[in-house]
Amino acid sequence: MINIPAAVDVAALKDTTLLNMGIFGLFVAVTMVIVLRASRNNKTAADYYAAGRSFTGSQNGTAIAGDYLSAASFLGITGAIAINGYDGFMYSIGFLVAWLVALLLVAELLRNTGKFTMADVLSFRLKQRPVRIAAAISTLAVCFFYLLAQMAGAGALISLLLGISDWGGQALVIIVVGALMIMYVLIGGMKGTTWVQIIKAILLIAGAAVMTLWVLAIYGFNLSSLLGAAVDTANNPAVLNPGLQYGKTEASKLDFMSLGLALVLGTAALPHVLMRFYTVPTAKEARKSVVWSIWLIGLFYLFTLVLGYGAAALVGADTIKAAPGGVNSAAPLLAFYLGGPLLLGFISAVAFATILAVVAGLTITAAASFAHDIYASVISKGKADADTEVKVARRTVVVIGILAILGGILANGQNVAFLVALAFAVAASANLPTIIYSLFWRRFTTQGAIWSMYGGLGSAILLIVFSPVVSGSATSMIQGANFAIFPLSNPGIVSIPLAFFLGWLGTVLDKQREDTVKQAEMEVRSLTGVGAEKAAEH
Amino acid sequence: MGNDARTPDVAASADFKEVQATEQFKELRKRHRSFVFPMAIAFLLWYFAYIILAAYAVDFMSTKVWGNINIGIIMGLLQFVTTFAITSWYVSYSNKRLDPIAAGIRHGIEGHEFDRTGAGATGSATGGAAK
Repeated sequence: MINIPAAVDVAALKDTTLLNMGIFGLFVAVTMVIVLRASRNNKTAADYYAAGRSFTGSQNGTAIAGDYLSAASFLGITGAIAINGYDGFMYSIGFLVAWLVALLLVAELLRNTGKFTMADVLSFRLKQRPVRIAAAISTLAVCFFYLLAQMAGAGALISLLLGISDWGGQALVIIVVGALMIMYVLIGGMKGTTWVQIIKAILLIAGAAVMTLWVLAIYGFNLSSLLGAAVDTANNPAVLNPGLQYGKTEASKLDFMSLGLALVLGTAALPHVLMRFYTVPTAKEARKSVVWSIWLIGLFYLFTLVLGYGAAALVGADTIKAAPGGVNSAAPLLAFYLGGPLLLGFISAVAFATILAVVAGLTITAAASFAHDIYASVISKGKADADTEVKVARRTVVVIGILAILGGILANGQNVAFLVALAFAVAASANLPTIIYSLFWRRFTTQGAIWSMYGGLGSAILLIVFSPVVSGSATSMIQGANFAIFPLSNPGIVSIPLAFFLGWLGTVLDKQREDTVKQAEMEVRSLTGVGAEKAAEH
Repeated sequence: MGNDARTPDVAASADFKEVQATEQFKELRKRHRSFVFPMAIAFLLWYFAYIILAAYAVDFMSTKVWGNINIGIIMGLLQFVTTFAITSWYVSYSNKRLDPIAAGIRHGIEGHEFDRTGAGATGSATGGAAK
């Protein structure tokens, strides 16, 4: 371990494909069995969406960590630090600090007022139909962006394992992987995916811990020498300083702010994370889940600092960029460097399970939102029975899955953490103002909610479409075109304040007053948990 | 909205406006907000201060303190420390200052202390002692 070879031989990866895939396949098979077993008693809608509210706080907290530590956290952040140095570390910090918003302002209050979906809470004291539709649409949009990132990550990972570097081959990989993931969700439901989340969270954190200790051991457990080695390999002392990626121009500095804002405000508005609060029986368990997940997630993000700089020092940014999967391949390549094909197989399997589990959680959320909020409440006006609702949910899974696969193919090659940050920006713009206002502002009205949700969602998506993400730069989704009139790649700094402003404006201009009895009910329920606390007994 | 996930709804007959107007509930709301709002503002300010420094005070953040470890990395790690600290603080505050009072109000509602007077519309058969 003392003599450090110059670089990882990416070509050597191909020779070990069989072994990688063997370990990998075994893992997938095991999780499939678990999903099948867990799904045997998926009877009611509460079972399918909220796992019968049967999980304890610590189980659920681990599952939340599993949901949250997606390919973005593992592949994306490691890659971002390995290539852009300190600026990549920003993701770790933003993703973690964001949990305080969820813990302090949202989690318990939401658990106490809702049932299955975010729309349940948002429409609690406002007009049902318009708010529910808006909340469901924004849920679908956020899930789509998040899913697209996961699909791109899955494509990068499998391409690396199989040594596929051409675009068509990678696209095929994304299609196959996406189809496999959709199957999981169709079979497993929420309970199945919760178990996959729990197992995967443990394996991911354990795997990252082993790699972290390994990297630190190489440098005598001295963070300073690890950082020094990263500087040496990169031949650039700036990898330790902020600004390598975002410090170039005034616009890119603003982009960095925008990213920071989206990261910290996005988490508490992510529908699939919010939905996790409903899988526990009480608000106290919801709080316990969040605390658990904060510790687990925080620990993991500390690892990413070491893994990222470890990959920068031991694998090198140039090798990472040239490998199939590009920037997202830093973590698997580091695993290959440290432990050969065995560790690579294990880490890849864990990363794949990570993506799988997150995709499952996301598609379930999207499906629940469509079936429960749009189909059951709006289209069939509450007449649909639970069976039909679950059937509609399953069909939604297929549709949203196909859309995500297509998006994933287009986004292939972009950093997964960056793509997820877009989902955060959309969530923070479309959902957070309405969540906060309806929990804390008595006067808030339906018009405020509608303006804020559509305004936030619309502006965020429009700005992304006209940003360098979609066109006009080397890594854009649409090559050869340039309609990027918005200079920032993350829309948060514009769309989030705009959504808060619209929520306020819509409310003060609204001549109608909302039902004060409902407001009182929501406030009392959210703070005391009355009604919700007994949910475990039915 | 239908509450089929938590049937039977123990609070179906409660007068929430009455509960909302009680001193006990006002105290709970005050305790909750007087903790979460200042805390949220504090950590957001600290986080944004950190980001602004990282974007616009690169030289300061790049100052080496110990070996290759610079102020930027130390401040980043401090963000972790404050997050963990606020989390623990909130949990102990909730357990001591919020949960007992919330449980008291909840038991009051469940015990039909706040039922709507003369409300025959919903669930009046199990009305109990209307206040």
